[in-house]
Amino acid sequence: MSEIEKTYPAGLATNIQKPISDPGIEPHRVRMTDKSEKAARGAEQQIAVMFGISIVGAFIAIWGFVAFPINSLADTRNGALWMGIGMALSLLGIGFGAVHWAKTLMPDHEVSEARHQARTPDEARAQAIAIIKTADAESGFTRRKLIRRSLYGALAVFPIPALVIFGDLGPQVGDTLKHTIWKKGVRLVRDSHEGGTPIKASEVTLGSVFHVVPENLKDIEDHGEKLNQKAKAAVLLVRVEPSELKEDPAKASWSYDGIVAYSKICTHVGCPVALYEQHTHHLLCPCHQSTFDLADHCKVIFGPAARPLPQLAIEVDAEGYLVAQGDFTEPVGPSFWDIRQS
Amino acid sequence: MRRRPWAIGFVIFLGLVLSGGGYAAATNVVQSEVSSADQVAEGRKLFLANCASCHGSNGEGAIGGPSLIGVGAASVDFQVGTGRMPGQASGPQLYKKPVQFTEEQIAAMAAYVASLAPGPAIPDAEYLRTTGDDIDLTHGSELFRINCAMCHNAVGAGGALTEGKFAPALGGVTEKHIYEAMVTGPQNMPVFNDANLTPEDKRDIIAYLKWVEENDSVGGYELASIGPVAEGLFVWIFGLGFIIAITVWLGAKAN
Repeated sequence: MSEIEKTYPAGLATNIQKPISDPGIEPHRVRMTDKSEKAARGAEQQIAVMFGISIVGAFIAIWGFVAFPINSLADTRNGALWMGIGMALSLLGIGFGAVHWAKTLMPDHEVSEARHQARTPDEARAQAIAIIKTADAESGFTRRKLIRRSLYGALAVFPIPALVIFGDLGPQVGDTLKHTIWKKGVRLVRDSHEGGTPIKASEVTLGSVFHVVPENLKDIEDHGEKLNQKAKAAVLLVRVEPSELKEDPAKASWSYDGIVAYSKICTHVGCPVALYEQHTHHLLCPCHQSTFDLADHCKVIFGPAARPLPQLAIEVDAEGYLVAQGDFTEPVGPSFWDIRQS
Repeated sequence: MRRRPWAIGFVIFLGLVLSGGGYAAATNVVQSEVSSADQVAEGRKLFLANCASCHGSNGEGAIGGPSLIGVGAASVDFQVGTGRMPGQASGPQLYKKPVQFTEEQIAAMAAYVASLAPGPAIPDAEYLRTTGDDIDLTHGSELFRINCAMCHNAVGAGGALTEGKFAPALGGVTEKHIYEAMVTGPQNMPVFNDANLTPEDKRDIIAYLKWVEENDSVGGYELASIGPVAEGLFVWIFGLGFIIAITVWLGAKAN
């Protein structure tokens, strides 16, 4: 009984008594190019012009490369522009020409192909089952338990060497997420590719912002390692009117006369948080608008960040320069699952 | 009723512009670098007429505005010289608008505010140069990226801050005003004193900004330099539009 012939109680199912009929194939429409030889010749010329544009485009690309030797930044722009235009014309000319050719001049008779039945015929199914049963009987897979179980064991153990080998690729993360190169007595220096100069507390006037890295960063020889360490250790140094700071008594000794230092790495996904507003003490992350209240231990006041920016405890050395009291007491940057365990 | 003194001040100011401004233009007085007692007295008059309702009659600050003691001549020159002061309406941020005073009047008010307490002075022309052998554009660019670009954008196109505030675009701002903004920290901008960025550093930063302003963008049309939003919008409209047009053409039968 086909789907259409079934009857359903009223109100339970949609009426499929009148399904949409098969529209069949649309009547064939004769193209201009089939009707008139002139139109066909026109199309032929159009296609040739498109292929011609492609050839011209290729030469434009070569000219763009040759004509603008890179002596200045402006030449980079012009060279890239003309090479891009040339290559685009070259590729599009071939593509458009080929499609236009197929549409206007190649045969356009309609073809229909009936869909296959998705289900395998019963005969083939029975045959497949017979093959499996024969294989089982001949190999004794079901009967010989010892062989079967030891094979399962071998297959389970087989991938383990790969896990061990691939697991050892690259360095272990270890505790790199939990420590930076800040140490007790390390001076705070200005961020600069030349190494940076140390900062005296007296230089940090009210409302000033300094973008800071640890002085020992310049001792790292390897460039990649230097960037990795800088990415974790970057700090923002600000002086706020001490009466405006809402300091936790336990952390009161972490600041120096209103000067506070906070990690610049957002606790959401690690963007540099450095948009500081002098009077509201808002510190804004440009990526997802997490906003931290710098006067209140960088508490999150808006946005997706889930914990405050870690504070770097600072003090002043004998020469008046700002130094760290030690490393951050918690990991900087994005949070991870075992972040609270030391 | 708090606005009334301001309105009176505005009338006085108009009179001053017409008489004093005309006089100054006609006589072409050469301004002395050192502010004279007369200039301070003139500045105090202008201050009382135009600023005192918010900043207090001695610049000590009032409900409407902060204390001006110690903000220096540079602050006055920036705030009044860019039209931000006198403020139009309270809000998250004061906007730049047509300048309300003449050069002489601004200089007089600056001299008066500077006489209240020491503060940043109007910068020396030496540090407002943008050309010369000793100017290091690369250094200026590095300093700009480290200290300024997070708010003002890498090429000074400006950007949004919290709760309606924004870092303004720096194109077209005079060298003097950029310098004064760095040294005074107007509104919510932090201060970059001479110990943090030396006058030479500030000069290099300004020179970099002027270089960016005067030179074409290397990457072609910069779409206001505001980055992925403008570029994304362009690609969505024109790039995808082009792809859709081609798809329609591919699917259409020939005539």
